[in-house]
Amino acid sequence: MSALRPLGTVLGLLLFWQLAVWLTGVPPYILPDPLAVGQALVGRASLLAGHAGITLTEILLGFVLGSLAGALAALLLVASRAARRWLMPVLVMSQALPVFALAPLLVLWLGFGLGSKIAMAVLIIFFPVTLTFFDGLRRTETGWLELARVMGARPSAMLWQIRLPASLPALGSGLRVAAAVAPIGAVVGEWVGSSGGLGFLMLHANARMQVDLMFAALAILAVMAVGLWWAVDRLMAALVRWQPDTYQNPR
Amino acid sequence: MAISTVSSRPDPLRAAAPVPGPEVALTVPSLRFDGQPLFQDLCLTLPAGRWTCLLGPSGVGKTTLLRLIAGLEPGGLVRVAGRAGPAAVAFMAQQDLLLPWLNVRDNVLLGHRLRGMPRGERSALAEQADELLARVGLAGYAQARPATLSGGMRQRVALARTLMEQRPIVLMDEPFSALDAVTRHRLQDLAAELLEGRTVLLVTHHPLEALRLGHRVWVLAGRPVRLEGPIRPDGPIPRDPAAPALLRLQARLMGELVASAKATEPA
Repeated sequence: MSALRPLGTVLGLLLFWQLAVWLTGVPPYILPDPLAVGQALVGRASLLAGHAGITLTEILLGFVLGSLAGALAALLLVASRAARRWLMPVLVMSQALPVFALAPLLVLWLGFGLGSKIAMAVLIIFFPVTLTFFDGLRRTETGWLELARVMGARPSAMLWQIRLPASLPALGSGLRVAAAVAPIGAVVGEWVGSSGGLGFLMLHANARMQVDLMFAALAILAVMAVGLWWAVDRLMAALVRWQPDTYQNPR
Repeated sequence: MAISTVSSRPDPLRAAAPVPGPEVALTVPSLRFDGQPLFQDLCLTLPAGRWTCLLGPSGVGKTTLLRLIAGLEPGGLVRVAGRAGPAAVAFMAQQDLLLPWLNVRDNVLLGHRLRGMPRGERSALAEQADELLARVGLAGYAQARPATLSGGMRQRVALARTLMEQRPIVLMDEPFSALDAVTRHRLQDLAAELLEGRTVLLVTHHPLEALRLGHRVWVLAGRPVRLEGPIRPDGPIPRDPAAPALLRLQARLMGELVASAKATEPA
């Protein structure tokens, strides 16, 4: 039942979309109906699959590298006071610059290939990961840390055995945000300059008024984003099984 | 009982065997809190192998004294059996401080894990941890997650963890305060039995608890803090809470506590 519910939501939305197209009589080059998009999905499957593969690679590599960079930055911030003083302002500043503004530069430096797209995804992913993980590492229950001190814990054990597991729920929030925004980085990179990927395909389809193809690409992108989010969500839930979920278990 | 500061690893085979506790002396030359003198030339001695209880109104500094001995707070000089240096203590707080991601057995073995004992050696200690769990009435719960236990059970795990440390000195900061009356009573009995022979400092705000368990009961009062007493109830611990002598002492102690609360409140 719980697996069917999102399916029902999707079907409902599709039905609403189809109805809206019928009732308003909007021309297909403005808004194609779901059936036309479905036909584009099937008819152009091999074209879409090739571009989707490129985008998926960018998203996954960007997510993994960005999360790793974010986690490492957070550990660095926790380990060193100098890093907190000098690195933190740089991190905040890096986020004040809009990624869209950096995109042309990244394409100029890293070329039209995967590199610039992954860099873009990494840039927008690492910050939420760093911030949430760092927060989690800092806000460890002081009682646990004091108990560890009295027990004669080694500093490394305090970090790996207490601070790190205690911060996993916070890291999970950061990773979920990262999973949700990773496709943005990849697609923006493709818009600014690329020779492949769903963003590239959408740009070209748009120029040729192939709106059904655009929507087909969009649908694939949505499925990939939701899939990544779901995988991360499941993984984090398995890692922090000890954390009670007050919504699922409202006792 | 001339035992030095125990720094070497205790014998793992003697699980719950009583470790003789040394005398512990704390001197606080001067400690200010919020610009006010909290302690001035204060000396507290915990007699070897005995229970010392501290009572007093909240905020008077009971917990600070305990933290000074534990080395969690700077400003105190600790002498263990006459020698200066950090005391090898085990610590039990009002919160059970169980790590929710470890099962009960791993929580009992937490100290060994944090000191970097390899996994193989730790698993050799599992039997001993289970034995301790059985002694606190939790046989069969080794694999359970802390979240599945009641408050009383969790605090018993904390007691087993404290015992697993095998430290001759045990510091307890209101360890039974959050429990219901019956559970508290049972845990007091259990602690008295299992910590026999160790030097224990118990911070509490229950006069009866102090009188049941304490060989010496001090009341903290005033700014800077004075130690008043000690009251030395007779007989072995845990004492019967219904004994008339104990109830008379409780009445006297209540009076002292009210007076101490008045003396501690800002003028």
